[in-house]
Amino acid sequence: MRCGDFKTSYAADMTIFESNSARVMLFLFLGVLFTMPLYTPGYVLDILNRIGIAVIGAVGLNILTGFTGQISLGNAAFMAIGGFSCGYLGTKFGLPFYLCIPLAGLMTAFFGMFVGIPSLRIKGLYLAMATLAAHFIVEFIIVKWESVTGGVAGLSIPVAKLGAFQFDSDRRIFYLIFIIAILSVLFAKNLFRTKVGKAFVAIRDQAISAEVMGVNILKYKLLSFGISSFYVGVAGALVAYQSKIISPETFPITVAIDYLGMIIIGGLGSILGSIYGAIFITLLPELLRISTSALAGPFPLLVAKLAAMKELVFGMFVVGFILFEPAGIAARWHSIKSYWKLYPFSH
Amino acid sequence: MDMTFLLQLLINGLVVGSIYSLVAVGFVIIYKATSALNLAQGEFLMVGAYICLDLLSKHNIPFVQSLLITLAFSALLGLIVERLILRPLIGSHLISVIMVTLGLSSILKALVQLAYGTDTIPFPEVFPSAPVQIGPIPVSQGYIYSIACVTILVTILTLFFKYSKTGVAMRATASNQQVSLSMGISVKKMFAISWAISAIVSAVGGILLGTIRGGIDMSLSFMGLKVLPVVILGGLDSILGAIVGGVIIGVLENLSGGYVDPMVGGGAKEVAPYIALILILMFKPYGLFGKKKIERV
Repeated sequence: MRCGDFKTSYAADMTIFESNSARVMLFLFLGVLFTMPLYTPGYVLDILNRIGIAVIGAVGLNILTGFTGQISLGNAAFMAIGGFSCGYLGTKFGLPFYLCIPLAGLMTAFFGMFVGIPSLRIKGLYLAMATLAAHFIVEFIIVKWESVTGGVAGLSIPVAKLGAFQFDSDRRIFYLIFIIAILSVLFAKNLFRTKVGKAFVAIRDQAISAEVMGVNILKYKLLSFGISSFYVGVAGALVAYQSKIISPETFPITVAIDYLGMIIIGGLGSILGSIYGAIFITLLPELLRISTSALAGPFPLLVAKLAAMKELVFGMFVVGFILFEPAGIAARWHSIKSYWKLYPFSH
Repeated sequence: MDMTFLLQLLINGLVVGSIYSLVAVGFVIIYKATSALNLAQGEFLMVGAYICLDLLSKHNIPFVQSLLITLAFSALLGLIVERLILRPLIGSHLISVIMVTLGLSSILKALVQLAYGTDTIPFPEVFPSAPVQIGPIPVSQGYIYSIACVTILVTILTLFFKYSKTGVAMRATASNQQVSLSMGISVKKMFAISWAISAIVSAVGGILLGTIRGGIDMSLSFMGLKVLPVVILGGLDSILGAIVGGVIIGVLENLSGGYVDPMVGGGAKEVAPYIALILILMFKPYGLFGKKKIERV
C-alpha cells in the first residue's frame, strides 16, 4: 500500500503522472470528453465550450499571476485584443482560423509584453493598478478605432473552416476549442518542468534571490507576460469564433475579475487548479439559473434577481476561498484524495 | 464665452474632485494603516448613498438624522468587514487582499442590487437648488455646500490625526507597527478604526454625489476605481496627496471632457484619469507626496 512519498529521483518528482492508473484515467476522460458532442444537447455543449475557453484563459492568467506572481487586472483587455485582432485578420485579410488564432495570440503577447514593461519598475499593487488602467485605455481605443474594431457596433467574425468543414455549430467548434485547450494545458504543464518555468517560480518566490542565482528578471518577467498574454489572446480569439460577433461589451472589466476568481478559487500556481476554477466559475451562473428556475414557482422574484444572485454567490465564494482555503480547490482535492488513499490510517 | 466655459469646467472639476479627494482619503487611511488596497471603496460609497436615500425618502427621516444613522451604519459596516474578512488575512499575500476586496465589492454590489434594483433612484433635494451667481457664472448651491462639507470633514480628520489620542496612535501604527505594539497601542483596534473611518468618509462622499447628481444608481461604485489614479497621483500613503490629487484629477477629467470629448466623440473624460495614472507610474511612481520607498524591481 502506498502511504507516503517514495520519490527517490528528480525525474520521479517531475513526472506528470504519478502512476499508470492516472495516465489511463486521463485517457479515459479524454475519450469520454471527445465523444461528448455526439450525444449531449446543444445547451450543455455551449457551456462546455465556454469552459474550454475559460480553461485556456485561466491557465494563461495563472502562468502570470499564480506562477510568476505578477498581478494583472488587464486580462479582459488582453482577451479583447486577441478577439479583435482575430476578427480583423479574418475579415479584412480573409486569413483562415489556423493562422488567425496564433497571430491573435502573438499580437496579444506583444501587447502583453508592452504592458509588462512597467512591471520592471513597479510591482505588486502598482502593477495591478497599471494593468487596470491599461484595461480602460484599451477599451477606449477599441471603441474609438472604428476602422479596425467596428467601434461600438462590433465586428462579426467569419466562420472558421478547414477545407470544406465548417466550425459553425457548438457541436463542431467544440473540437476546435478542446484541441487547443488540451494543447495549452499540456504546454503549461510542461513549461514548469523546464528552466523557464522554474525561473518564473523563482521570481515569484524571491525576486532578489532569483537574480542572484542568475535568473535574468527582465527577460523572464517579459517572457511570462508574453506567454500568459498569448494564452489569453487565444482565448479571446476563440470567444470571437464562438460568439460570432464581438463588441467592446464582450470583454468588460468583470471578465478580468471572473478570471482572477477562477485562479483564486481553483488554486494559484496550479495548472489543475486553473482547470477546476474555470469549470467552477463557468458552471456557477448555470447552476444558479437552474436552481432559480426550479424555485420560480414559490419565489417568482428570484428570476429577476438572477444577475445580482450570481454576483453575490461569486463574491461569497471568492471571499470564502481566500479565507478558508487559500490554496484553492486543487489543494482541497489533493488533501481529500490523500485522506482516502490512506483511510483509515491517515495521520 | 470661452472663459465662462473654462470656469464652468474648473468649478465642476473642483466639486467632483473634492469628492474624489474625500474617497481617496478613505482609501489612503486604510492603506496607510493596514497596507491593504481596498478595491471595495466605491461600494462603501454606494452603500452609504443608498442607505441615506432609503432613510430620507422611504422613512421620511430629516436629513441630519438620516446622515447620522447612515454614518453609524457605515462605521459598523467597516468594522464588520475588517473583523470578518480583512483581519484573518493580516500578513497574507497581496493578491489575496486585492481579491478579497474585489469579492467584497461583488457582494456589496449584489446586496444593493437585490435591495434597490438597478434603476436610477431620484435623490431628494437636500440643499436648496437655486443657483448663486459667482462672478459671471451661475453655480448650483449644492456644489458650494458639497465643497464646504468636504472641507469641514477633511479639517476634522486632520485635527483628529494631529491632536486626538486615537489619531496619534493610528499614525504611530502606520509608521511602525512593532514599536506601536510595544508602546501599548492595540494595532488591531487601529486597523478596525481605520476601516470604520474610511467607510464613514466614503459614505459622506456618496451622499454628496447623490445630492449633486440628483439621483443614484449602481454606477456610483465606479467611484472606487476612479479613485485609484487619485491616490497614485497624490502618493499612496499621503492624505495631503489624496486631497490635492483628487482635485487635480477632477479638474483634469472635466477639462478633457470639455475640450477633448468634442474632438474624439466622447469617452475621453472617462479614460483621461487612467492615462494620467500610467504616466505618473512611469515618471513619478511615488506620486506627489508619497514616501519614496517603492522597491525598484
